[in-house]
Amino acid sequence: MNIIKFENVTKIYELDNVILQDISFEIQEGEFVSIVGKSGAGKTTLIRLILGLEKPTSGNIFFNEINIGQMQSSHLSQMRRRIGGIYQDYKLLSAKTVYENVAYIMEIEGKANEEIVRDVPKVLEAIGLSQKINNFPHELSGGEQQRLAVARALVNYPDVIIADEPTGNLDPYNTFEVIALLEKINKTGKTVILSTHDREIINKLGKRVITIEDGKIIRDEVKGRFII
Amino acid sequence: MFTNFKRVFNFALADFYRNKGISIATIFVLIITIALVTGLFYVYGAGNFIILQVQNKIDITAYFKADTSEQEILDVKDQLLKSLQNVTSVKYVSKEQALVNFTQRHKDNSVFSQALEQVGDNPFLPSLNITTNGLSMQYEQVAKILQSDNFSNLIEKVDFSEKKDTIDKVFSIMSNITKFGLGLALILVIVALLVVFNTIKLAIENSKEEISTMRIVGASSWFVRAPFIIQGALFGSISFVICLVATILLSYFLSSGFALVTGGFNLWDYLIGNLWLIILIQAGFGIGFGIVTSFIVVQKYLKI
Repeated sequence: MNIIKFENVTKIYELDNVILQDISFEIQEGEFVSIVGKSGAGKTTLIRLILGLEKPTSGNIFFNEINIGQMQSSHLSQMRRRIGGIYQDYKLLSAKTVYENVAYIMEIEGKANEEIVRDVPKVLEAIGLSQKINNFPHELSGGEQQRLAVARALVNYPDVIIADEPTGNLDPYNTFEVIALLEKINKTGKTVILSTHDREIINKLGKRVITIEDGKIIRDEVKGRFII
Repeated sequence: MFTNFKRVFNFALADFYRNKGISIATIFVLIITIALVTGLFYVYGAGNFIILQVQNKIDITAYFKADTSEQEILDVKDQLLKSLQNVTSVKYVSKEQALVNFTQRHKDNSVFSQALEQVGDNPFLPSLNITTNGLSMQYEQVAKILQSDNFSNLIEKVDFSEKKDTIDKVFSIMSNITKFGLGLALILVIVALLVVFNTIKLAIENSKEEISTMRIVGASSWFVRAPFIIQGALFGSISFVICLVATILLSYFLSSGFALVTGGFNLWDYLIGNLWLIILIQAGFGIGFGIVTSFIVVQKYLKI
């Protein structure tokens, strides 16, 4: 069963700035898909479209076979809770502590306090941040911030993990760590969508690769390599 | 629902505490605004009091012929009170009373006493002293009736024409002061509200990125908006309480001094007489505006 489906999606910004052109693809449940392309190829726009942060100029996008474009605000919120996001700029809540950043995701889901108190320390322990639960994001290193973002993405057991250039600001050691985490998550049956322009990562993964160039899909291979 | 409310309330408290600087600045601006509006309310009260005092000092007097009997004068008084609704008081002053009043008023002035002695007889005329609750037009109406043929055989003179210019001038000044005061108050309130709006806007703009992230991770509009609205209410409540306490203390301690300056306007009595209205104004401008502004500003960043 496909979890995400793009059907002839085109996204044009003002002044005829075509970002994506007639994009169609499907992502099956449990797949690990990398989206590659040069900077400005349209990778981030594609991810924003999946999250419903942008609307396509034409075409349809489906999440679990429901058209995202036709979702109401409350349904969009519910859908976003089923997607764990990891971003290059981390997108952490800067005024909340490490613990609160993870707990927030459970709180918006309406989880019970007992569950939050039980699960958040576990997730932080697993991610190696149990010593920093009272620190604020700006008190963490880049690698720690990204691990926190991963913890936050995982805590609600989402259906899909979207990682948009998650290693862009990390050193090789932390890069390896994050990618290893994503592979581990995928092995538990979660769908992972990784957007990157890091050749080495893609070539090591040996998973499905969708290559975008000038807003169009130029390649979609089951065991792809980074070829641009 | 209760758990969610407790959560957003805790978020609001935490943000309020963690952004102490911005919270204090916002409360300070709100206090200034509430104080300004409260001050304007007091100025309005004091102004009305002073205007009333001046109005009460305006009167016209009808002097009757020396041979007019007291009963005839009292008949005129009754007719005036019956025919004119705006007449607030008609006071009869007999010629004897007029003499007593005069000697009392000038008891320290020997020139007046000597002049009276030389005249020998009581030179004063009986009179009716009339005040109305309205404009100079109403005094003119009273004067017209008194000067009509009905009373011409009884009345010697009415001093309205001598006072007309003064009455017109006083009422014109009062009307201008009222218009100017209202205009100024309106401008000041608008400026104050804009300042509060922008202060809260700045406070929330600091959290622009956070709001965007909250939406991306799936927080509902309510979950994002509520802590900011609660914070707005907190800013307003604290400012309101500080202002109310300050108003009570200032009204109590400055009451006697202010009464001396304004000729009897009692701040404490004014506060007690208008306590609920003052609470409503302060709470409205503090809490109400804190909530409404937060709602509007957050709405702008929720469009994701």
